[in-house]
Amino acid sequence: MGASVAGLTAAVTLRTEGYGGRLTLIGDEPHTPYNRPPLSKQILAGTWEPDRIKLRTNEELSALDARLLFGRSATGLDTDARRVVLDGGDSVSYDALVIATGVTPNSLPGAHHLAGVHLLRTLDDALALRADLRREPDVKVAVVGAGFLGSEAAAAARRMRLDVTMIDPRPVPMRRQFGDRIAALVGRLHKKNGVSMRCGTGVRRFFESGGRVTGLELTDGTLLDADVVVVAIGAAPAIGWLAGSGLELRNGVECDPTCRAAPGVYAAGDVASWHNNHFGCRMRLEHRLNATEQARAVAHNVLGENQPFAPVPYFWTDQYDAHIQAYGVFPADAELAVLHGELEGGHFVVAYGHRGRVVGVLGWNSPCELRKLRQLVVDRAPWASILPAPQAVWPGRHLSASLR
Amino acid sequence: MQVTLHQDKCVASGQCVLAAQDVFDQRDEDGVAVLLDDRPPAELHDDVRHAAAVCPALAIALADQ
Ligand SMILES: Cc1cc2nc3c(=O)[nH]c(=O)nc-3n(C[C@H](O)[C@H](O)[C@H](O)COP(=O)(O)OP(=O)(O)OC[C@H]3O[C@@H](n4cnc5c(N)ncnc54)[C@H](O)[C@@H]3O)c2cc1C
Ligand code: SF4
Repeated sequence: MGASVAGLTAAVTLRTEGYGGRLTLIGDEPHTPYNRPPLSKQILAGTWEPDRIKLRTNEELSALDARLLFGRSATGLDTDARRVVLDGGDSVSYDALVIATGVTPNSLPGAHHLAGVHLLRTLDDALALRADLRREPDVKVAVVGAGFLGSEAAAAARRMRLDVTMIDPRPVPMRRQFGDRIAALVGRLHKKNGVSMRCGTGVRRFFESGGRVTGLELTDGTLLDADVVVVAIGAAPAIGWLAGSGLELRNGVECDPTCRAAPGVYAAGDVASWHNNHFGCRMRLEHRLNATEQARAVAHNVLGENQPFAPVPYFWTDQYDAHIQAYGVFPADAELAVLHGELEGGHFVVAYGHRGRVVGVLGWNSPCELRKLRQLVVDRAPWASILPAPQAVWPGRHLSASLR
Repeated sequence: MQVTLHQDKCVASGQCVLAAQDVFDQRDEDGVAVLLDDRPPAELHDDVRHAAAVCPALAIALADQ
């Protein structure tokens, strides 16, 4: 259920692993499955057209030998009868169900009825936003929310040479993802590229004319002109259709370490919350690679492997000339140590330490070095072992800081 | 097996190298993947299939030949 990367990958993996029975792939979007990360990058910037982001060609989809129900949404689940209810009232029965309905972007009260106000999750969202950004030569853009999605949208709009203001109630962008120190660098990057940053403020109200947004007032009283507003303030798991199903629903579909939510019911991708044994905690990730890896693990478990899914998470984001990649987790109170390059130099890898172990590594324009240092997170290396280290394991690295 | 790599799609995630380091490497300067062997031997096919399946940018295409 859910026909994007996690749902499709589960279906493909079932087939490649030899499942020969009936298979149904259901999703509410009208398009064949596509890849989301380019939406806020190449698609928004206009360098790629939608054809390039298809996850499978039409031939590959038909080779899957599955019933494809696109443009249909699930409205209910009966786990006793093992049936999914669809819009229109018909239903599909199952022996095994994979829930892969992803997340739905949060919206801002009092804004979304206005033309010019956009969310960014689907291909249709990205194309509508792109058209609006190109509407006039000097469109003024306000981006509400400075997480990775808002940051990428701001970068794409700057690439189109538009006037961009980014607004976030937190003091620095991407703070929740990577902590204050790295977030400050992201903030600087945006400033250097000409974005006007309004961190530490929220939106109080919107102004309109004839049903179209014209500006906004911030909580500090500032008035801003805006022809286009991008709202990127996080997302919530798409679990509304599961109300009353008896599944545990808190922050997503709650699963055991094997990603099983109930007998015959599994979840994968952005919607799934499961216990990751590697880190000894529950997680729900909104990362592209996780959707693939978790769906593959789920397909194997549907076929009886019953293995815990305990990955080292991986995430990347592209903003201007910065290619940021990260493995692991990034607790707010983690310690930081530079393992390669310099924070000020535009190329570096930092490690995050938590409770005496390396729990994450983040690379800024250093993909090869980062890949080599990933093993520290896999091994949960003792934090002390990477600290003052004249006996450098990786030639060329120098430890320039250990900061809180 | 014939491997094709679309470098223009690659996001430098390095997943292909983690899965099959005899077949893929990353360019030092920007991390974009490079193909070391476009016709890998049979014992590497499973690893290469894994690389293609997890590539988050769909940059690796495989053909049976
Ligand atoms: C613009 C954008 C840029 C991104 N960039 C990056 C990046 O650079 N790096 C990174 O690591 N990750 C990135 N991500 C995150 C990544 O795309 C997601 O983690 C991934 O798409 C999750 O896949 P999924 O299949 O779990 O969920 P989704 O892709 O959300 O798919 C869920 C599908 O289920 C459908 N659905 C929902 N409810 C129902 C229902 N009741 N009935 C039927 N269908 C339903 C939805 O419409 C959707 O098609 C980005 C995401 C976005 C939106
Ligand atoms: S896995 Fe894909 S995106 Fe990552 S380096 Fe290899 S080809 Fe590039």
